[in-house]
Amino acid sequence: MLELVVYALVCGGIFFLFVAAIGVVRMPDLYNRMHATSKAGTLGVGLILVAVAVFYQELSVAARALSALAFIVLTAPVAAHALGRAAYLSGVKPCDTTYVDELAGHYRANHRLESAQTGLEEPPAKPLD
Amino acid sequence: MSFLSGALVALMLTIPFAVYRLVKGPSLADRVVGLDLITSVSVALAALYALVSGESAFLDVAIALALFAFLATLGLARYIEHRGEKGE
Repeated sequence: MLELVVYALVCGGIFFLFVAAIGVVRMPDLYNRMHATSKAGTLGVGLILVAVAVFYQELSVAARALSALAFIVLTAPVAAHALGRAAYLSGVKPCDTTYVDELAGHYRANHRLESAQTGLEEPPAKPLD
Repeated sequence: MSFLSGALVALMLTIPFAVYRLVKGPSLADRVVGLDLITSVSVALAALYALVSGESAFLDVAIALALFAFLATLGLARYIEHRGEKGE
């Protein structure tokens, strides 16, 4: 019974990693590809780590597997966000069928967000008396 | 061949897809996405090998690899973002 659970989790993990791999080849532009790898890839790795935790049924192994899972779930969105932002600022264009670009016009050439810029203005110098 | 070693082989078959993006990717960020997927699959391979071999120490390999992949992606993202400022 427990073996079947492990096999099902491993099969699910491999399925989602395959989805991520096919997505990274077939998707039209960088942002769609990151969508495939960061979500399906994280889920695939996570399912396999849960399978390891179920298979061993020891506290020390389960703790290590689940802490690895927590680490991956916490860091994958951060890495994907940093990479997507860097790609957008370095001028990687979305594919032709993209018709909403909400960041367009919000960034200056110096990589600062336009709306964040207004709060950072230096206060006018006070005249000395 | 047992089920789990078959799963190991099936997992390895996903790496060529990521290598294709790593080699072809039009921009540097595309290559980083391919590299990121390769390290994700490597983490899964290390975890799965912990099942196949019955040696739970391979989980530590998976943890270290995940840590390294995160730092590598962040470093490359910073590099991509700041490389344009020097006028390329």
